Amino acid sequence: MFREHIRPMLVIFAILTVITGVLYPLAVTGVAHCFFRDQGNGSLVVRDGRAVGSRLIGQQFDDPKYFWGRLSATAPVPYNGASSAGSNLGPMNPAFIEAVKARIAALKAADPENTDPIPVDLVTASGSGLDPHISAAAARYQVGRVARARGVSPDIVTSLVQKHTAGRFLGIIGEPIVNVLGLNLELDGYKNTKTE
Amino acid sequence: MTWSAIIHIIVYIAALLVFVKLLGAYMARVYEGRPCGIDTFFGPIERMIYRAAGIAPERGMSWKEYAVAMLLFNIAGIVVVYLLQRFQGILPVNPQALPAVPPDLAFNTAVSFATNTNWQSYGGETTLSYLTQMLGLTVQNFVSAATGMAVLVALIRGFAQKQIETIGNFWADLVRSTLYILIPLALILACALVSQGVVQTFKHSEKVALLQAGHGITEQVLPLGPAASQVAIKQLGTNGGGFFNVNSAHPFENPTPLSNFMEMLAILLIPAALCYTFGVMVRDKRQGWALLAAMLIIIVPCLFVCAGIEQKGNPLLNGLGVDQRWSAAQPGGNMEGKEARFGIAGSAVWAVATTAASNGSVNAMHDSFMPLGGLIPLWLMQLGEVIFGGVGSGLYGMLAFVIIAVFIAGLMIGRTPEYLGKKIEAYEMKMASLIILIPPILVLIGTAVAVVVPQGKGAVLNAGAHGFSEILYAFSSAGNNNGSAFAGLGANNFFYNIALGLAMFIARYWLIIPILAIAGSLSRKRTVPVSQGTLPTHTPLFVLFVVMVVLVVGALTFFPALALGPIVEHLMLYGH
Repeated sequence: MFREHIRPMLVIFAILTVITGVLYPLAVTGVAHCFFRDQGNGSLVVRDGRAVGSRLIGQQFDDPKYFWGRLSATAPVPYNGASSAGSNLGPMNPAFIEAVKARIAALKAADPENTDPIPVDLVTASGSGLDPHISAAAARYQVGRVARARGVSPDIVTSLVQKHTAGRFLGIIGEPIVNVLGLNLELDGYKNTKTE
Repeated sequence: MTWSAIIHIIVYIAALLVFVKLLGAYMARVYEGRPCGIDTFFGPIERMIYRAAGIAPERGMSWKEYAVAMLLFNIAGIVVVYLLQRFQGILPVNPQALPAVPPDLAFNTAVSFATNTNWQSYGGETTLSYLTQMLGLTVQNFVSAATGMAVLVALIRGFAQKQIETIGNFWADLVRSTLYILIPLALILACALVSQGVVQTFKHSEKVALLQAGHGITEQVLPLGPAASQVAIKQLGTNGGGFFNVNSAHPFENPTPLSNFMEMLAILLIPAALCYTFGVMVRDKRQGWALLAAMLIIIVPCLFVCAGIEQKGNPLLNGLGVDQRWSAAQPGGNMEGKEARFGIAGSAVWAVATTAASNGSVNAMHDSFMPLGGLIPLWLMQLGEVIFGGVGSGLYGMLAFVIIAVFIAGLMIGRTPEYLGKKIEAYEMKMASLIILIPPILVLIGTAVAVVVPQGKGAVLNAGAHGFSEILYAFSSAGNNNGSAFAGLGANNFFYNIALGLAMFIARYWLIIPILAIAGSLSRKRTVPVSQGTLPTHTPLFVLFVVMVVLVVGALTFFPALALGPIVEHLMLYGH
């Protein structure tokens, strides 16, 4: 009963390994390469022939002239693409409350006049540490600060925010979100066209 | 609870039910050897495999022979994954030049993937080479799922057959599950996921310049790799092991709300459809619907409760000028550890689905859930992974609970219990009791040991009751082959790697063997004709009775432990 199963075990293990471990990923890679080359390779944002980021991976921003993203718990630096991580802090952990307070202080320091309540996603760390988005409310909260730092009218910044806002899928699935890197890239581009 | 979360949950359950009959009927055709539409392509491959292996697929095996074949194949899997990790440094397809994995971590990972648990003690981006991921983990994602399905089909044959000594051919069940069910579904899902932005390439990474340089760095490394092919099967096969460290929270594994929805659907797809397959194969579809109804009765309230608690947010943030209310412009709620694109509903539904099924992939950090929001996933695992559960393993676990239920019902009405015309006797009851008792023993004893040894206690991230929850969650996950974690627990040390590895091994194979024993015993029995005294097992009354048995066993066994963890934490949070 034992020995007669050795050959089927070895043969079937080997063949299924080739099919599921080699042919299957190759087939998916082939389809990705033919039909979804951009997505399969990381949805890169290219400026002047150079990759300046990915639409799907957030970057760290703390300059007042840029929109800021979620807090990032990756080590050793925030938004470290090579090592995704959440904070994993529990809801009562003092370190969590301190991180929230520090973020609130930073937001207030950069924009002392703003007395609006701060959207919660702007003071909490994302699950991946690489979240490319913030909520539409979190973007709206920052419009005044960004406009002032850049010396442009808040209306222009608001219209750019709207341009980079994606609604819920079919109106029901997901959340209204703003792509932070895309928005900041466009802000820089906007400024350049003005000054030139 | 917001209207958007309510609609999200309803759409999710409705979409799931649409596929149940379709896929369930298809799988029944596959397992009964009837034409299923793609035989023209896969038939020759299947026959080639049988010829090369020298087996006759129609030759039935006794339950013991079936168990031997299953164990041989699974142990081979563990050995191969272990060796791949130990030698990846000198093997090809290792563009990041990663070194060999240490022995205790390699043991843990090998057991984890062979047992369909996919507990991840390692970090995806930084530990395993592409060769290990492909030839080791991806292969086990397929065959561990196929093993669960094969064992379930053997058990179903036990109910459906009369006076037959054999319960089917393990090799044929394994090959057919992989070729006709898992591969086609995974191909479709993987391509759909790539279209959303899940990466699929053999380039290992890309370097980009940061728009705002700071912290002494000017560049960001974007990790790439063949992720979509692994993500698809990790969801469909209730495996759950991520390509990247943060699993499906990573934007390259789960980039959009639509990809999130598809991946969530994939979590419950096969376990739900197998209920229908069961109904077809025992020639009474109502029996399959009854089991599906029992599962839905437990999962649906959990979806609403978990989403509601997370939406309510964290009371400690209320005095700080933070806006946690849901609005048309923001998700609000407890967003720590959650991604903006998924919000509360997309994260809470996932957390419930992934722990009801023994999937274990995560798209938000469960460790940062509110105390009672985290209690729901924890408790769903402790119910024994029978509310959908793993592919195959969830339904065979549920059938063990059904055997217990008909036995209790039989005692109440004073008749020999029977299910689907088969008498349930002392032997079946002993085996079913083993199946129900082993996981709680692993969870509770494992947790008890971990809270007294230094390596166990020292690994917690959050102090106090939450730290206890982290340990309880780890053993609940391993002892029920789920694989998700309260990831603050630094479980990559010698104690946890070995203890959790053993828990996963025992929880998988010491349950499969009694299941196969039941299959063999039932298969030999004659069928009792339906009489006036027969307890009908497709009625709402019986469905509720099964639900009660599952809940009473789960609640009574784990309530004291839950009281020390999430419940105490909740009271402290609101007692502040």
